Amino acid sequence: MQITVKLFANFRLGRFITDTRQFPDGTRIADVINQLQIQATEIGTIMLNNRHADPGHRLQEGDRLALFPLVGGG
Amino acid sequence: MESIQDFLRSRADGDLIPWSAQAEAMERFGLPCRVVEELILALGLLPARYQRNRQTISTAQQQSLFRSRVAVIGCGGLGGYVLEELARLGVGTIVAVDPDVFEEHNLNRQLLATPASLGLPKVVAAAARIAEINPAATVIPCRTAYCQDNGDELLRGSHLVVDALDSIPTRLALADSCADLGIPLVHGAIGGWYGQVTTQFPGDDTLRQIYRNSSGGKGVEQQLGNPAFTPAVVASLQVAEACKVLLGEGEPLRRRKLVINLLDMEFEEIRFERHLAVVGK
Repeated sequence: MQITVKLFANFRLGRFITDTRQFPDGTRIADVINQLQIQATEIGTIMLNNRHADPGHRLQEGDRLALFPLVGGG
Repeated sequence: MESIQDFLRSRADGDLIPWSAQAEAMERFGLPCRVVEELILALGLLPARYQRNRQTISTAQQQSLFRSRVAVIGCGGLGGYVLEELARLGVGTIVAVDPDVFEEHNLNRQLLATPASLGLPKVVAAAARIAEINPAATVIPCRTAYCQDNGDELLRGSHLVVDALDSIPTRLALADSCADLGIPLVHGAIGGWYGQVTTQFPGDDTLRQIYRNSSGGKGVEQQLGNPAFTPAVVASLQVAEACKVLLGEGEPLRRRKLVINLLDMEFEEIRFERHLAVVGK
């Protein structure tokens, strides 16, 4: 299935801004994060088709996934 | 003897009271600056220091700001700029909370950090700075770390709280304290080129939603540090939000998080439901 992934802030560095990729059926958001070599602890907000989503959610054909890092400094 | 009101009216230039007249009134009537400021605003006059506010903030709104109390939690990168801008804006009472002293690694970005202030408590520097730039403002410096146990004592009576902390678990505790006390909270966080701002109103749980994937660690700031400009940008957005909430003006970032990327110069908005609606739950 085809999934569009959009990365924000430093997740883009050495990766991409937006990419449409093929993933096997049953892929979860956490699998995408893992494949991108992003640590689970770095994840701030996950948006799937403009709704908040959990890492365990299984993706569907045509989904648009956006990943934002955790920001906490002052 | 001439009343202070008559004195002030006689010294008005149009409806502006120059600083020299305010200072003379303090001297002549033996009153502190904040009392004279209150009298000026009550007469519908405007301390001349605010004359460039006035196309944006009316004299009545200036009086509202002067009667407002804002607690700034954290007086470092964000907090230094927030305090400066609140004082220049004309917020009457500012509670400054931070347990730390200035250290050398603060010098790249913290407004109140100078070689001379190394070792000085941040809240002491904050009080001195505010007294210097706007002596009508009252500063309540609290050299302590905010925690859930002292939240009530530190925050009660404030009309608004600014989250300028650097720890995610403490931010969440602060958001809970504000929710319990029914106080709006303006949140800002930074790391590297990146930042975020939102305003949590009583009844909302926006901070809990923002940090729902956090396991209690640090964010991108741990890796990227914080350069000079990111805190200035995010703190200014926080003060704009604070000003709007205090005055009931405009459209605050309620259930919206502004995501700031200064490297690509992109501003994104993430919306939150009143109660978290998550796909995959």
